[in-house]
Amino acid sequence: MNKLPLRARLATSVGGAASRVSRLAGRGDGSVIGGVIGLRLEPGLLAMLAQDRQVVLVTGTNGKTTTTRLVTAALAPLGEQIASNAFGANMEAGMASALGQAPGATIAVLECDEKYIPSVLAATHARVLVLLNLSRDQMDRAAEIWLLARRWREAIAAAPDVQVVANADDPLIAWAACEAPHVTWVAAGQRWHDDSWCCPRCGSHLRRADDDWKCGECSFSRPPVRWALSGEDVIDPAGRVRPLDLALPGRANRSNAVVALAVAEVFGVGVVHALRGLRDVTSVAGRYTTVERRGVAIRLLLAKNPAGWLEALDVLRPPPEPVMLAVNAQVPDGRDTSWLWDVDYRRLRGRQVFVGGERRTDLAVRLEADDVTFEIVDGVDEAVDRLRHGRLEVIGNYTAFQQIRTALGRAA
Amino acid sequence: MTRSLRLVWVYPDLLSTYGDRGNLLVLERRARLRDIAVEPVFVNSDQPVPRDGDIYLLGGGEDLPQVLAARRLRADGGLAAAADRGAVVFAVCAGYQLLGHEFGGADGEPTAGLGILDIRSGRGERRAVGEIVADVDPALGVPALTGFENHQGVTRRGPDAVPLAQVTLGTGNGDGTEGAYAGRVLGTYLHGPALVRNPGLADLLLGWVAGPIRPLPAERDELALTLRRERLAAAAP
Repeated sequence: MNKLPLRARLATSVGGAASRVSRLAGRGDGSVIGGVIGLRLEPGLLAMLAQDRQVVLVTGTNGKTTTTRLVTAALAPLGEQIASNAFGANMEAGMASALGQAPGATIAVLECDEKYIPSVLAATHARVLVLLNLSRDQMDRAAEIWLLARRWREAIAAAPDVQVVANADDPLIAWAACEAPHVTWVAAGQRWHDDSWCCPRCGSHLRRADDDWKCGECSFSRPPVRWALSGEDVIDPAGRVRPLDLALPGRANRSNAVVALAVAEVFGVGVVHALRGLRDVTSVAGRYTTVERRGVAIRLLLAKNPAGWLEALDVLRPPPEPVMLAVNAQVPDGRDTSWLWDVDYRRLRGRQVFVGGERRTDLAVRLEADDVTFEIVDGVDEAVDRLRHGRLEVIGNYTAFQQIRTALGRAA
Repeated sequence: MTRSLRLVWVYPDLLSTYGDRGNLLVLERRARLRDIAVEPVFVNSDQPVPRDGDIYLLGGGEDLPQVLAARRLRADGGLAAAADRGAVVFAVCAGYQLLGHEFGGADGEPTAGLGILDIRSGRGERRAVGEIVADVDPALGVPALTGFENHQGVTRRGPDAVPLAQVTLGTGNGDGTEGAYAGRVLGTYLHGPALVRNPGLADLLLGWVAGPIRPLPAERDELALTLRRERLAAAAP
């Protein structure tokens, strides 16, 4: 760290002070402001801060924050200090801030927004690049996903030393990574198929049989995998089957965990040790947390796009467990609520369903079309007051989820 | 009706980018509430397009899927044949563009469309993203359109297509008009679930194939109309 040029050291310490002020002022968790100020002082800050560290970059449409947390947990047995932007601040400022706050860390596990992968991969000379999945998300401001995948291909071609850990079950991810010299392919599953009916290479129809896929016309096909998720278990490179036994719920998190085990392997951490770390993770930036509120046990789930909602609906305890759905359409959520029509809500029939958030009318019209009965509420407390006891599952998209956490007093 | 109304969703594997299923679900619901039997038909791009459908729906798509869809639909011929014999076609965004004579391909190059609507589209200077409001051609008797647009297309009409609406907020075709129609073929830049906030347009399409249809009971229409009011109020300057 002391090898940093004076300007970068100054940028880091000014940024660090701003982070502390931001936290003290109650304006945020301090994970971005320090990086913003630091990058303004020294645009090359991220590259300088990443120098001489082993960087893992985690990206994809869904599961970035959770996987970043799981990779950090899986690497814990190394006994090294690990820098990480654990709260989802995944643009350059958030990453610079995380690195600046952990000058002694020799390893950095960084969540990275999909769009920033080319510049961040080049700046950090990452040792490992994790590619989780790609699906439609906030189309009013995000690039079309095929174009994203193409940019990743170009970025990987310019970084031939990086070890890519990639989900072989997502054809677009497979296409993004298939030319890389070093790839650990993971059968991490793909629940959402609606963005991958066609071959990313030639556009013909993909043929699918169980988990396997291949193009009907060109030679593109699912690469052979080294790690696999199989139901509740992981199959390691030696073919041994072990139960994952995570505290985190749902198929998506089992998938993220197997990816984390594959990253741990790159660092020489054995599966038994890495698994122990994964099992200790109980919540991630408020997600999956259970909060007690006036006699009702509320569990919080975050879902930001159709694929994420599909996974979140899978996690719900069986009916008649009541559910509250909350949807906003602020800039971080995407201003367009069209995606609601890509989610199949019929599975909510037979439950008590509360509908909240700033775009609750959009959501209500959607549920009406699926013959799901619902009650419109002003906020999570109104749902709690109608229930009075028992449990409530809450699924919100990004800012709706944050508003509910705030309403619950950040206990969440 | 002696048989079910056939709602044909054309190429959901290529032309379904963001909530396009909504149009099918809205038509289904509004037909069933009037005791009109409906049969949804999903046609992927490796299957022939049936020629005996009543309403054909085309959604939005990214550049490459749009080019592929146009190529396969031209080779198949089913959609053009159905439009020829008077079937209803409702297309949004990329689907709207490919009904025309040509549209901009992956690098903006002119690409042949189906030519069943007299329009030509190309790529504009900047992407139009946001709420759109437009007053519908009075001849159609449908209240103002409200929706979301997200495209970089510019569309010009030939003499055989009429503007669907006049833009009061947003971009649409790029010349102050929005969408186009000719006979029972109708396209719009409102993307995704365009019929959700425009139940009047949904009923127009249903009426074209099912004959005069009765209004829905108020309580069945209330939520959709509330949503319309909310979005129009939010879009008002």
